[in-house]
Amino acid sequence: MLELIIISTLNGILFGMLLFLMASGLTLIFSMLGVLNFAHASFYMLGAFFGFQISRWLGFWPALFIAPLLAGALGAAVERFGLRRVHRNGHVAELLFTFGLAFVIEEIVQIIWGKSPVDFRIPSSLDFPAFQIFSTNYPAYKMFMLLASITIFVGLLLVLTKSRVGLIVQAALTHPHMVGHLGHNVERIFMLVFGVGTALAAIAGVIAGPALVTQSNMAALLGPILFVVVVVGGLGSLPGAFVASLLIGLIQTFAVSINGSLAEAFGPLSPAYAHTWLADIWDVTVAQIAPIIPYLLLVLILVFRPMGLLGTRET
Amino acid sequence: MSELTTSVAPPYPPLSEKLRFYGLWVAAALILLILPKVFGSGGALTTFSLIGISIIFSLSYNILLGQTGMLSFGHAVYYGLGGFLVIHSINLIGANKLPIPLPFVPLIGGLTGLFFAALLGWVSTKRSGTAFAMISLGVAELIASSALILRTFFGGEAGISANRTKLFRFFAWNFGPQIQIYYLIAAWTLLAVIAMYALTRTPLGRMCNAVRDNPERVRFVGYNPHVIRYLAFCFAGFFAGIAGALAAINFEIANAAYLGALQSGAVLYSTYIGGVGYFIGPIVGAIFVTLLSLNLSDMTSVWQLYFGLIFIAVVTFAPGGITGLLMMHRPLIKGGSLGRVLPYYAIAFVPTLAMIVGLVLAIETIVHYSLNPSGDPNIRAFGIGFNASSPIVWLIALVLIIAGFFIARRTWSWLAHVWDEALTTARDKGYHT
Amino acid sequence: MRHWMIIAAFLPILGGTAFAQESVKIGYIDPLSGGGASVGETGLKTFQFLADELNAKGGVLGKKVEIVPFDNKTNPQESLIQAQKAIDAGVRYITQGNGSSVAGALTDFVTKHNERNPGDELLYFNYAAVDPALTNEKCSFWHFRWDANSDIKMEALTNYMKGQSSIKKLYLINQDYSFGESVRSAAKAMLKAKRPDIEIVGDEMHPLLKITDFAPYIAKIKASGADSVITGNWGQDFALLLKAAADAGLKVNWYTYYAGGPGGPTAIKQANLNHQVFQIAEGIPNIGYPSAEAFEKAFRAKYDISLFYPRAVNQMRMFAAAADKAKSLDPIKVALALEGMQFDVFDGGKGFMRKDDHQFFQPMYIASFGDRTEKELFDEEKTGWGWRVAAKIDTEQTILPTTCKMERPN
Repeated sequence: MLELIIISTLNGILFGMLLFLMASGLTLIFSMLGVLNFAHASFYMLGAFFGFQISRWLGFWPALFIAPLLAGALGAAVERFGLRRVHRNGHVAELLFTFGLAFVIEEIVQIIWGKSPVDFRIPSSLDFPAFQIFSTNYPAYKMFMLLASITIFVGLLLVLTKSRVGLIVQAALTHPHMVGHLGHNVERIFMLVFGVGTALAAIAGVIAGPALVTQSNMAALLGPILFVVVVVGGLGSLPGAFVASLLIGLIQTFAVSINGSLAEAFGPLSPAYAHTWLADIWDVTVAQIAPIIPYLLLVLILVFRPMGLLGTRET
Repeated sequence: MSELTTSVAPPYPPLSEKLRFYGLWVAAALILLILPKVFGSGGALTTFSLIGISIIFSLSYNILLGQTGMLSFGHAVYYGLGGFLVIHSINLIGANKLPIPLPFVPLIGGLTGLFFAALLGWVSTKRSGTAFAMISLGVAELIASSALILRTFFGGEAGISANRTKLFRFFAWNFGPQIQIYYLIAAWTLLAVIAMYALTRTPLGRMCNAVRDNPERVRFVGYNPHVIRYLAFCFAGFFAGIAGALAAINFEIANAAYLGALQSGAVLYSTYIGGVGYFIGPIVGAIFVTLLSLNLSDMTSVWQLYFGLIFIAVVTFAPGGITGLLMMHRPLIKGGSLGRVLPYYAIAFVPTLAMIVGLVLAIETIVHYSLNPSGDPNIRAFGIGFNASSPIVWLIALVLIIAGFFIARRTWSWLAHVWDEALTTARDKGYHT
Repeated sequence: MRHWMIIAAFLPILGGTAFAQESVKIGYIDPLSGGGASVGETGLKTFQFLADELNAKGGVLGKKVEIVPFDNKTNPQESLIQAQKAIDAGVRYITQGNGSSVAGALTDFVTKHNERNPGDELLYFNYAAVDPALTNEKCSFWHFRWDANSDIKMEALTNYMKGQSSIKKLYLINQDYSFGESVRSAAKAMLKAKRPDIEIVGDEMHPLLKITDFAPYIAKIKASGADSVITGNWGQDFALLLKAAADAGLKVNWYTYYAGGPGGPTAIKQANLNHQVFQIAEGIPNIGYPSAEAFEKAFRAKYDISLFYPRAVNQMRMFAAAADKAKSLDPIKVALALEGMQFDVFDGGKGFMRKDDHQFFQPMYIASFGDRTEKELFDEEKTGWGWRVAAKIDTEQTILPTTCKMERPN
């Protein structure tokens, strides 16, 4: 039991950090450009596939650096040639543009790499058990994932708070027009932020690719959870995104290991009708509803605290 | 006072306009009646039935998007719930031999959609814009995922099926053959379209437009935007439920796909491509997208890629959709200067077509190499066969794309120039829209 | 090759007439785009190869066999639309296999269509949808199934386990949907009857295709002390399950339905589980039956994939035999010829199509995946490892009763 809790906590934090890598990019993009990038999870997927392809040619460690750069460059290009054009058609058009982009990226990935999972392996230098928790081995690669995510998070924090560019970006997060008035090239900052945001998602993809299945439906599986994280944390709030990522990562990981259901909780005290028309809800275990718990959380937050946990802006 | 009203109020429409207006509806009804006589095959009837369902669904979605400015990613929930309840109703009615013939059953679907929209709508419509889109996405995912968990009502992945012929006959029709289903759907489509058009002409419909354009101003005028959005949401849910009911009757099965993200995406796609700015837009979009989705998958295996590219193209270059593009020409037609522009359209069409053909060639070749590298290189796409391994084909594709792009850019700028001139002429004559 | 009938599919929508019957068309309704496409493409290639084989011998009753593909995008509604298109294109035989939900919708549609359109009947050949209901509560005269349904597979598997005294503690882990549910309930019921001494130490249902990390499940399996696991998992659920097992160093025997599916062999090799993963199937490449080996060689030479559907071979060959026997391609006559037919199956041995429920019974094989000896000629997915037969279950030992009461045409 204790073993299960410790492993689930570790896995939950790990998953949460991965989510945060992606959610941080999404929050930055949303705060600066006001557009919720539907294609963000697609850049995560592109990162994984670029990482896979480059690791086949050059090895895993070069892939770790090159793949996010490629994906980020692609993201910047998308912003420069696509979003900027669509911007004049309104917010709805921008949102729909990213929506269509997500679709097209998934199709292109399927065309190039096929629809089956690809064999993205853990690099042999990391393919050993790190330590033993009671009787289960905890792989070293997962510790690497955790370390890498934390390093990037700390790096992001430092850049945002200590560097000049970071301060401008922080200012543009809350007062974009003022930043423009002060003479900074807001358009270039937009492109930079979009590129960095998508590069962050891509790094998450390269790191997660060997551990999870690298397949063309990765984006569709992780996309909705990502939006839940960003909205629950508060649109436009990086600390909020961090808290929400960890929360949802832990909830999802713990939920699948809990077999309790209302039937088990009530046991022989269950009313007779519970097993007939109410049977679906009564007998369902927490593990079975694990995939929808984030959406429940989303709806609850939007009802009771629409700004999100730590949100600062309405929209 | 009466002087003011006579000078400010618009004049009663003359008889010719009234005739034109009602004549349009009568003509539509006539077309629906004789359509199966012209195209009578089983596949054609199924296609028309699907188009009818799609028209109702897209129009209901446009109540949200085009008229009230609410982008919803979860409209299929009300469509699906309507469908499910109708399937259960048909099973119940058939088993208990209740005297409710099939033509009245879509109303049950509509009321279901209305019920759930009323239930979920107050909370959903508190915010508008991006927040509303996210709420709709969250609610939709929640209900769609629950569908696979609540097996008794939703039937798991297999769904629930019903037999529509077990109901009471309606004037000797038992609704087994597809032609009877077509007439049922056509009748309901006409009714729904009339109802939704009427809705746009009511004060509520106008206030929806106001909320879309300027919610703060609406508050100043004394209306609560939240209430208006909520009412629009309920109406949209009602008509979506009717569409779902007709789909359930047509397929005699309802499953979790009815509620899913793909279905929501599909209706967004149809409505947007048709054009959200005009009432007829979603109708055009529904017809276009249904025909496209039925036939594109036969011509190429990467039809989803083409769908996505078309969508991006429309969002970037023609945000008004097909009808938006067509309506842009109205002042030119009225002002008589359309003839000036048409030749330039023809000129611009050629390099654009060349570029598209080149792109398609490139895409199909790449697809062939990734899916079937050792297979037969003589492939067909869109009915035209070509050899995917021949370097000449690659060269042609490259030339078409590059040359097509640059020439097209030039011809489109000529077109824009001539267009401006034509528009100025029309405006000078007094035609602004 | 797969883009035939483009015009033919388009025009009938607008009211063309059915095509002249110089060939006998078999409509293949399965996913050719989207998530299920890799499996759908495999099936299509199999059927095209088989059609070529029949045509090389002169076709069926002198007519060329033509496989007409219809993309159903793994969606039941879309399948119904495609079935309608097939009917318009003059197809009287449709075949499908991916997804029991689609199969349920199709068998319903075919039954209702045939009822409402006498003279225009079509037959539905099911080559892979294993929901037992399709030959029990939902059975239909117009539906024929060549794949052993999930209950039959479990019957064969548990008959094998009866003789395996090393199995003492069993863990069940399955996907939470109708198929996973039927695997689990069949396993429990049959084991209770045949080996009541086996302790079922765990019974897990996890959400379908949603889990990204199976580590908590593996931890539970380890904690239970199980020596064997039965799972119906396929696709990513199978691959990730094995990955987690390898990570945690779990040593158990895995008894599966779909370990041989796309991505399965690669996952087993990556997890380095040598001859610890077993699969129940109606055939594998390394049985040693000469004609099957020749077929496998030719198939791999042409398409570079292994024959995943030996049952499709049985289906097409039996179709030709039934048409010959009935001397007609009329669906009702072919159906009457098919039911009760005995047949020499692809991998050797005899099978028969039961008249009561239109379920085909055939010899089944338990095979394990691992390193090969010279006897095993074929490897899978370029891993170097291949299947090895652990046991053969004769046809008689796979038979189960049926509750089917089908309405027959008069």
